[in-house]
Amino acid sequence: MSSFNSHNMIQALNEALDLYMAREDQAVIFGEDVGYFGGVFRVTDGLQKKYGAHRVFDTPLAEAGIVAMAIGMALENMKPIAEIQFADFVFPAFDQIVNELAKYRYRSGAQYTPKVILRMPYGGGIRGGHYHSQSPEAYFAHTPGLRVVVPSGPFEAKGLLLSCLDCPDPVIFLEPKRIYRASKAEVPSEYYTIPLDKAKVIRKGKDLTVVSYGAMTSTVMEAALLAEGEGYDIEVIDLLSLVPYDIKTIVQSVEKTGRCLIAHEAPRTCGYAAELIASIQQKAFSSLEAPIARVTGFDTPFPYTLENHYLPDAHRLFYEIARVIDYV
Amino acid sequence: MSDTPFSILNEDGSCASEYRNIISDDDLMHLIKLILFNRNWDKRMIMLQRQGRLGFYMTSTGEETTIYGACHCLNDNDPVFLSYRELGCLFYRGVEPERILNQLIGNAKDNCKGRQMPIHFTFIEHAIPSVSSPVGTQLPHACGSAYASKYQNTDKVCLAFTGEGTTSEGDFHTALNFSGEFEVPAIFLIRNNGYAISTPETVQTRAKSLAIRGEGYGIPGIQIDGTDILAVVHTMNEAVDRARSQQGPTLIESMTYRIGAHSTADDPTAYRSDDEVQQWQQHDNLKRMIDHAKWRNLWTDEIIHDEEKKADQIINETISSCEGWPPPEVETLFEDVYESLPPHLEEQKSEYEQYLNWKREHEIP
Repeated sequence: MSSFNSHNMIQALNEALDLYMAREDQAVIFGEDVGYFGGVFRVTDGLQKKYGAHRVFDTPLAEAGIVAMAIGMALENMKPIAEIQFADFVFPAFDQIVNELAKYRYRSGAQYTPKVILRMPYGGGIRGGHYHSQSPEAYFAHTPGLRVVVPSGPFEAKGLLLSCLDCPDPVIFLEPKRIYRASKAEVPSEYYTIPLDKAKVIRKGKDLTVVSYGAMTSTVMEAALLAEGEGYDIEVIDLLSLVPYDIKTIVQSVEKTGRCLIAHEAPRTCGYAAELIASIQQKAFSSLEAPIARVTGFDTPFPYTLENHYLPDAHRLFYEIARVIDYV
Repeated sequence: MSDTPFSILNEDGSCASEYRNIISDDDLMHLIKLILFNRNWDKRMIMLQRQGRLGFYMTSTGEETTIYGACHCLNDNDPVFLSYRELGCLFYRGVEPERILNQLIGNAKDNCKGRQMPIHFTFIEHAIPSVSSPVGTQLPHACGSAYASKYQNTDKVCLAFTGEGTTSEGDFHTALNFSGEFEVPAIFLIRNNGYAISTPETVQTRAKSLAIRGEGYGIPGIQIDGTDILAVVHTMNEAVDRARSQQGPTLIESMTYRIGAHSTADDPTAYRSDDEVQQWQQHDNLKRMIDHAKWRNLWTDEIIHDEEKKADQIINETISSCEGWPPPEVETLFEDVYESLPPHLEEQKSEYEQYLNWKREHEIP
């Protein structure tokens, strides 16, 4: 019989790491402050004590070194799990991720297939200014060879992290830190996985499809409630995996609703929504009754004091939802 | 730290008797013959490139003693992270010339499926991970790989090559810092050949040597005469012993000279004098090895001719068996990005196949 615990996302991620570390003796966890302290967000809390400092450890402060070390370990079939303390700090490691990790399988003719998972808290809403708030998913989604996965709640966080750990490809695992502790959910205590090739319809509706991921998903659900109050029936899709992404589920939904809106926190130009819109209009053109809309962060650096204006909230989403539905 | 690089060999090819055992007579002659083969190979590859039969090539003339000497000190399963001028490591480990030329051509038999420029080799069965063009990225990989050796108790030592220009990259710093901190069995070997393409060594740093940087990372740093086979082997053996006995990494700076061009796309006469090159040719590392072999009474001048004849035959056979193969199949373009083909690549592949069919139907070349 499986049991459930009421966990927030931090606890769910910690449990996933714990289960994986217990199962895989080649797995190691490292990064800045992840060892003794258990991570600035406490995701790795208690793991060094349980698995030893040779398996869970702190590194010098160098993101490129953290990623490169993980690649080197994986060349020898270890299973490194590296944490980048904030996604905003990942850029010194960009070359190692984009030119090395992402391309190693391809360029070696699949002789070496380094499997590395990079966990990184991302996104705004914690009053962290430019450098503790950014959403860099589009940079990585643009790089062949990487998977990009984003959980939207505690249940998804544990199941997706375990799937990513089992997956043979390198993964950028973006953790929406705004909702790390925002809510609790029933999380099975056992080992379980969530498919990486399926988006999830988390609300059924017939008037408009909203596609989102990460922390924005719960904002979209709030907006759907506001819309319901006005008599609009909104379908909501939680993407879960950004690369590859489940275009089938989205197209099926849009063929039904005829209208679509994409929501994310990241800036608009060349943002992830642009890819979805291009794909949807190509595959569901004849079903569309209105231009596909996007609600995103602005093409500005992420602000500090005015972050509540930058981040799309439920009302801004509702405002755009109404415009798309009213389009004739 | 002394101002002159560590050396053992005297100018006349002799050495103090206590150093003679650093390398056996047989091994010395084996290395010399390998280097002779390598030089013949380089010469022919340059010709192929000039004739338009190869896209690109890089020679290692002037630096072979460092490359072969270092490989000689390792076990065959010790990972070696190449920068890009260490073809000798492949010959030393017995990679068949055919497999090397298939990579240089990028044909259907290339074990990397034609995915990289010439020289960017990978030979997993010889513990040679993938060569990358952005310089220095392999150095912190060696640290991770060496961490794995320690973690898995495999007793492997990781050797990472780099040029001196690369020591200005952040990855060099990170690799040494991490390796020192985690006390991993890694050796970082700088081939200081004087130039990063056209940029002289003096532009890279104000530091008086690169080896002294080891101290800043808490690891031994030794500068050696890279034309001196005994100095290379002695220093490498010490570094390997240190690594295998869990005493951590070593930084070696080997003073060499790149007698050839940076690559077939380079013209070194634009940035260095003939005099300088000639001086180094007189002090050539292979010549010094041969002088030492003469001092040991191992050398006859026929060897060069004999080895050239043998090499010519092997290289001719290799060229005729590697040329004429088609490029890899077009569908391989889409493979190995991920372990299996994801839907979006499946779609792109099939769209492209449709386009190719359309081209065929319309007889468009």
